[in-house]
Amino acid sequence: MNPFVAFAEYSAVGIAGGGIYALIALGTVVIFKSSQTFNFAMGEMMMLSAYFFYTAAVTFALGPVLGLIVALIGAVAVALLIERFALRPMMGRPFIAVVMVTFGIGSILRGIVGMVWGPADLQIPAILARTPVIIGGMFIPGKTARAFAIAVAIVCALIGFLRYSRAGIALRAAAADQITAYSMGIDVRRVVAFSWVIAAITGCISGVLMANVNSLNPSLGLVALNVLSVIILGGMNSIGGVLVAGLLIGWLESVTGWWFGTEFREITPYVLALLILLVRPTGLFGSTQVERI
Amino acid sequence: MPGTSRFSRNALWALLLVAALAALPAAVPRYWIYFAGLLGINIIAVHGLNIMTGYTGLLSLGHAAFVGVGAYTVALAQSRLGLPFYLAIPLAGLTAAVMGVGFGLPSLRIRGLYLVIATLAAQFILNFIFVHWQSVTNGDAGLTVQPATIFGYPLNNETRAYYLILACDVAFTLFAINVIRSRVGRAFVAVRERDRTAEVLGVRIVWYKFVAFALGSFYAGVAGGLLAYFNQFVNPEQFGLLLSVFFLSAVIVGGMGSILGAIMGAVFMTLLPEILRGGALSIGGTFGFDLSSILVPLRETVFGLLIVGFLILEPRGLAQLWKRAQHALRRPPTTTAPNPGSEGKS
Repeated sequence: MNPFVAFAEYSAVGIAGGGIYALIALGTVVIFKSSQTFNFAMGEMMMLSAYFFYTAAVTFALGPVLGLIVALIGAVAVALLIERFALRPMMGRPFIAVVMVTFGIGSILRGIVGMVWGPADLQIPAILARTPVIIGGMFIPGKTARAFAIAVAIVCALIGFLRYSRAGIALRAAAADQITAYSMGIDVRRVVAFSWVIAAITGCISGVLMANVNSLNPSLGLVALNVLSVIILGGMNSIGGVLVAGLLIGWLESVTGWWFGTEFREITPYVLALLILLVRPTGLFGSTQVERI
Repeated sequence: MPGTSRFSRNALWALLLVAALAALPAAVPRYWIYFAGLLGINIIAVHGLNIMTGYTGLLSLGHAAFVGVGAYTVALAQSRLGLPFYLAIPLAGLTAAVMGVGFGLPSLRIRGLYLVIATLAAQFILNFIFVHWQSVTNGDAGLTVQPATIFGYPLNNETRAYYLILACDVAFTLFAINVIRSRVGRAFVAVRERDRTAEVLGVRIVWYKFVAFALGSFYAGVAGGLLAYFNQFVNPEQFGLLLSVFFLSAVIVGGMGSILGAIMGAVFMTLLPEILRGGALSIGGTFGFDLSSILVPLRETVFGLLIVGFLILEPRGLAQLWKRAQHALRRPPTTTAPNPGSEGKS
């Protein structure tokens, strides 16, 4: 194949994959903004939601639409439980302690999924059509393309929502200055809970999409760790930045895999994260909250 | 009571403990000795993570990978360079320290999450190297290691290796105690508690973070080196993310920022998988289920529950529970016992 065409095709596939990254990263960034907490359990929330979807849609034979609704409800319930019983008691505690708690929650959820559903690959009902999308001679797998369209649409909708709705403004106010937000009558605790709901929704949809594109197994959640570099690149507290950064990193991952061999895909995000830390820790769009000491 | 007599009493207890541990192989079955050796190695690794995370507040999610670096260093130093163990072990520590600093340095100069991400990146990148740098690490198949030899005397069974590990444990525990008690150790705690205040008082924060990180990684490397000799085998699977979670849980469960806590955490966490296995098998046996397939996820769940539970309910861990229990026993029940060690630290 002509290398230019191959490059273009790998680029397109990579960018398409990056849509889901943006969606996952959005959930993490929203939580970070509301409570300065980094949620290491994002991947596990994602994976658990995908299993909820599987159980509702396949085991109880409710079909994909009802299945998705059940999965969303389940995801939101789990997120609220986590927020209420694990994160809220940690309010005001050192940053790394809170991060460790989310990391522990990730471990708990991963274990629970392993115990309940086992390590095998599960087949979930196809909600995305397989027919490939062909743009100007480039061939993009159908599922990837459709997952991209859905993910980007949701990311854009959420960005708009967070920009213009009352809840979104409250979130940004709490992010800018918690004490002032409190004194202006914003219930910061509710804002934090709200951010976990947003994260649960993005996690659930990205989990179901991801399980459709690849397959459903307990390693699904590891993708969320790749997303760390998206978050750093976009700027830890930039909601808009995640979209650009997600697509960029999806692209880079795909092109690296093509150029150096597929096994290098898995470490691309981490190498990139280290490089960003070295060169520009604020990321592309983050405000300069980076504190040098 | 005066501080000196308290100190000598602690030292006496420690001496008795070491003597008892030295006599252990005569008293218990072989399998226990294997277990005790493993435990000794974990104690060194947990000391390392405790210096970083517990004392200095630098969270590392890549500790297992640095342990792996130590293990591979020993395997390669032996097969390629023919180094004896008393050179290979320090080399393992140094290599791990250099690696740790290499990954950590860019983010040690900034506050917050960045170091966590850098160490997580180290975990995945180093493991990737263990698997894919075939010509050096032999990939998934791993490398075999000859047992350590002292003056031509091979430490080729559990009991002999156990004594080497016990000696290292005593040395590294004493070293950690002394570092913590020194100016350096106080600087670590100052960095953890109030970095800006520490800076104003003339503590060079970045330098001390650097020292803590290098020291912690050095401990990890030594532990890895001992592990290589102990198992006589190194492969990438041993050093995955789950092991990093394991070390982190040990530090948290034992009690962050406490030497005794690090030891207690390592003991507890090393025994826990065995207890879980015994429990699951006996319950499964009683009711006729085969629970062996859920052991790994069960372990993950319990590790996570311990991390979350201790952080929320008792952030100073088993060490604090132990102190409280001692206090309760020493005092007559009518006096109101102050919570020991509640001043300042959290």
